[in-house]
Amino acid sequence: MSVVTTSFPNTAPGWQLPSRGKVAMAGLIIAESAIFTIFVVAYLFYLGKSLTGPAPREVLETPIFYTICLLSSSLTIHFAAKFLARGIKFAFLGFWLLTIALGGLFLYGTAQEWHRLIYEHGLTISTNLFGTTYYSLVGLHGFHVTAGLVMLLTVAVLGLCGHIGIKQSGHIEALSMYWHFVDAVWVVVFTVVYVLGR
Amino acid sequence: MSSNAITIPGNQIQSRPWVDELHQWVTTVDHKRLGILYILSALLFLTIGGVEALVIRIQLMHSHNNFVSPEVFNSMFTMHGTTMIFFVAMPVLFGFANYLVPLMIGARDMAFPRLNAFSFWLSFLGGLLLYFSFLGGSGLYGAGSAPDVGWWSYAPLGARAFSPGHSSDYWTLSLLVSGFGSIGTAINIIATIVSLRCPGMKISRMPLLVWMNLVMAGMVLIAITPLSAAQIMLLIDRYLGGHFFDTQAGGSAVLWMHFFWIFGHPEVYVLIIPCFAFMSEIIPVFSRKPIFGYPVMVAATVCIAFVSMSVWAHHMFTIGMNSYANSFFTLTTMAVGVPTGIKIFNWIGTMWGGRIQFKTPMLFSIGFLFQFLVAGLTGIMMAASPFDWQLSLSYFVVAHFHYVIVGGILFALFAAFYYWYPKMTGRMLSERLGKWHFWLFLIGFHLTFDVMHIPGVLGMPRRIYTYEPGRGWDTLNLIISIGAFIQAIAILVFVANLIISYFKGAKAGNDPWDAWTLEWSTSSPPPAYNFATVPTVSSRRPLWDLKHPEDPDSRYE
Amino acid sequence: MSLLRMKSSTLRFFAQTILLLFWSAVAGWGSEPSGSSSHGTNIFAPASTPAKSIADLSVFVLVVTGIIFVVVVALLVYSVVKFRGRAIDASREPAQVYGSTQIELAWTIIPILIVVVLFLATARVIHAIQDAPEPTSAVQVTAVGHQYWWEFRYPKLGIVTANELHIPVTEPGHPTPTFLQLLSADTDHSFWVPELAGKTDLIPNHPNRMWMDPQHTGVFLGQCAQYCGTQHAKMLLRVSVDTREDFAAWVRAQQRPAVQDAGAIAGRRVFEDNACMNCHAVAGTPADGRFGPDLTHLMSRATIAAGAATNTHNNLRLWIQDPSAIKPGSLMPAMKLSDADLDAVVSYMETLR
Repeated sequence: MSVVTTSFPNTAPGWQLPSRGKVAMAGLIIAESAIFTIFVVAYLFYLGKSLTGPAPREVLETPIFYTICLLSSSLTIHFAAKFLARGIKFAFLGFWLLTIALGGLFLYGTAQEWHRLIYEHGLTISTNLFGTTYYSLVGLHGFHVTAGLVMLLTVAVLGLCGHIGIKQSGHIEALSMYWHFVDAVWVVVFTVVYVLGR
Repeated sequence: MSSNAITIPGNQIQSRPWVDELHQWVTTVDHKRLGILYILSALLFLTIGGVEALVIRIQLMHSHNNFVSPEVFNSMFTMHGTTMIFFVAMPVLFGFANYLVPLMIGARDMAFPRLNAFSFWLSFLGGLLLYFSFLGGSGLYGAGSAPDVGWWSYAPLGARAFSPGHSSDYWTLSLLVSGFGSIGTAINIIATIVSLRCPGMKISRMPLLVWMNLVMAGMVLIAITPLSAAQIMLLIDRYLGGHFFDTQAGGSAVLWMHFFWIFGHPEVYVLIIPCFAFMSEIIPVFSRKPIFGYPVMVAATVCIAFVSMSVWAHHMFTIGMNSYANSFFTLTTMAVGVPTGIKIFNWIGTMWGGRIQFKTPMLFSIGFLFQFLVAGLTGIMMAASPFDWQLSLSYFVVAHFHYVIVGGILFALFAAFYYWYPKMTGRMLSERLGKWHFWLFLIGFHLTFDVMHIPGVLGMPRRIYTYEPGRGWDTLNLIISIGAFIQAIAILVFVANLIISYFKGAKAGNDPWDAWTLEWSTSSPPPAYNFATVPTVSSRRPLWDLKHPEDPDSRYE
Repeated sequence: MSLLRMKSSTLRFFAQTILLLFWSAVAGWGSEPSGSSSHGTNIFAPASTPAKSIADLSVFVLVVTGIIFVVVVALLVYSVVKFRGRAIDASREPAQVYGSTQIELAWTIIPILIVVVLFLATARVIHAIQDAPEPTSAVQVTAVGHQYWWEFRYPKLGIVTANELHIPVTEPGHPTPTFLQLLSADTDHSFWVPELAGKTDLIPNHPNRMWMDPQHTGVFLGQCAQYCGTQHAKMLLRVSVDTREDFAAWVRAQQRPAVQDAGAIAGRRVFEDNACMNCHAVAGTPADGRFGPDLTHLMSRATIAAGAATNTHNNLRLWIQDPSAIKPGSLMPAMKLSDADLDAVVSYMETLR
């Protein structure tokens, strides 16, 4: 049994490691990507396999406007984060709120589409394989948008109360990584559901 | 040997009322305490899962036995498998990772201590939820109670139509909940290792345990999530009328199998890689040599992580895939044996030319090497898919995977317990009881699992609550059951050792094994802040450098 | 003291190796006959081409893995014995060797070569079994898995039966393999008769195909191998491999409609008045249910309830009275017949030869 010194010679000045918040968010994004991949695989696998009921091309309408909303919100959140990193709080808050509005619009668009599908075409999650896979995939994405909006709103409230400054820039960047992820998933979902699937 | 020796006092907390102490434990965010909580909860579920195994073995002692009803038996093997994988193996390995990783990288805690606590409690409560099924699972017709669909819950057996009541829901929800806990811990481990290493600890200087837990955590992110996705789909089927796995509506039972095994196969590597980590720390110390081929050990582990994502359908060789698919998965499964087998050679290479000390951790490690070799070889046998068309779904497979999990994982865990218990508690485990534990368990293990290969070869399928006489299975099953009881006794010896040594064990000091990684540079147990000053390192074995300033590792790396 | 311990480690390894060899030998020595059948369930006693190809491949794989085992264990035992630490060198550390590129390269390349060889040997057998063409002389059977019994249909011969499969032995000059199409009516099952072929699953909405060409007559045993629910354990298989003449006779007997025995009118009435005919079929009568086994030639079978009981008067009576007495969890309900009705129905069943 030896008693060892705890003093180590300093041989590594200027030791810099990546931010743990960003690493964690990257990990979360990887995990979530895996979940979405499985839902996308199920969607693709079941294309054309429904035994009954409405088919995608009969009922789907491409949501171009709402897609533009969501994808632009990636741009606005990018600017918001950049402004915060430079300490320009007013611009940060402006672009941040714009992001929330665009995200909210997208969710509204999804709700509208679902309303039409359910009440005009009778397509529900239990109608057929298309219904099950469509509502699951788009719904999972919508759930992530909602969760993201909740976080964005929280930051908005804190920002309006003056608690968000340059020091929180790292957290904001991590959060905007999440938002970009949600948008990237939408690009995939859009392609699979509205382009390939019809 | 050392000049400025500072002894860091261990326990600086004065004794307090037990309610306070309990509250401290329940609300802790300290990685060391959470690590111990993970380990204790795993030991609890190990006992329960072990009892379930004994019930199975009593029922199977001879043909046409009726110790338990078919329904109870089917719940027993389902709960046994689910408990052992999700509530014993994963938590205990997360527990050791939690405890050791920050210490080994010279950090003060994990990157996200509160997420750490949250993940643990999710995990633990998931286990409680699963067991609540015994009380709450009954649905219509009293059909329910604990899940009885096998730990894979194959479709359409897990659907509402074939699993009425709520038993399957308990299976699904408890795993979904604890799955999120696992993902949280994995994210935490990755962020900790990437962002909190002490100065000088480049990625190429991390201890192998840290490397392997990094790889394991990465695999958890992409392996557990397919299961979570499939379980969400199953819940949609069961509760919202979905048709993901509804074969009557055109759904596919095979799709569930693919999703499950895309999780299931990497999962077993998630379980074994931390055990490789233990071996890679323990064998060098008790051979008195550094690990043979550190870079290749890292490369092989990363290689295993990638290749293991491509082998999953070797669990599905009998489901009627075409010959090209079967050939592909045969090839990848055999291929993954190469980086895995290499490690065995590296460990033997570490022992070669060393001065081996046969303390209890090393005994278990040697057992691991032998048993993991056998398990790998029976795996290669089943990789040959035509051979698997006979061996699959039989007791040969059961023998194989228990060889890996008990003979490999559990033996490595026992080694880890005996090695790090002194660090965690400040006391040495009794060597005498340790040797009793080892020999009893070894005998019981081999009696059970060596013999178990034979009924498989003689045509005995798995998951049967009884079997026909005259097939040649009776005596073999009796021997297997006897071995199970011997193992149970050995576990009791182990638990006794854990408890007795906590109060009466010899004081350990900082570094009872004369080891080389950073956790041995602080007291046993470490203070809440781990290190008085954050260490700086310049090689893979910082304490070797300090103890042997004339021949530091930094000269050779 | 440590010397003794070390020695026992070595002894232990040798003992384990010997044990392993012993058990493999035991496994390879065929199995005991069971009841009235002449064959067991040993994968190393193959009686049909697929099972033989598998057994031959298996021996090759066992030899290769056996050699690997012996070599690695020898290295392990040697290192444990040769490099054990003695008390006297407690303070001296051995030479700190970090690795060796040549050695590591060697023990990477050799396993890769072994994998290539094993894979090629295996791929041949995969294709030989799975892609075997179906000759015109093949007997075609459709097997449908149910919870917890087997339905067998011979579409070209117009036969429907349950649980006990009859197929002809194949003769060298005139091969008559049996090709099975595998379907499922509910959950997943697996058809496993070890001495005739590897197992193939029966999965709903996913038809599968397998074949066997038994080269010996006799009864071959097996059972369902994919957990399918409560009574998975009692979903047994009996495959009767008959000579060509016997098989032809069996086919003719099965093709006939049900025996119309005047003495069983009362029982037949009970059968048709109760819900029996909703689940069961008896060819040539109004009974046309498909949920349960076809009973037209029930008495030609050696067992009932998919092998859970022998086909005797008492077992038949007990089964109809209360299936859960023989097979709890079976999907056949207890019909709650009066004793008189029960005896009548059993008599009727016993006329269905």
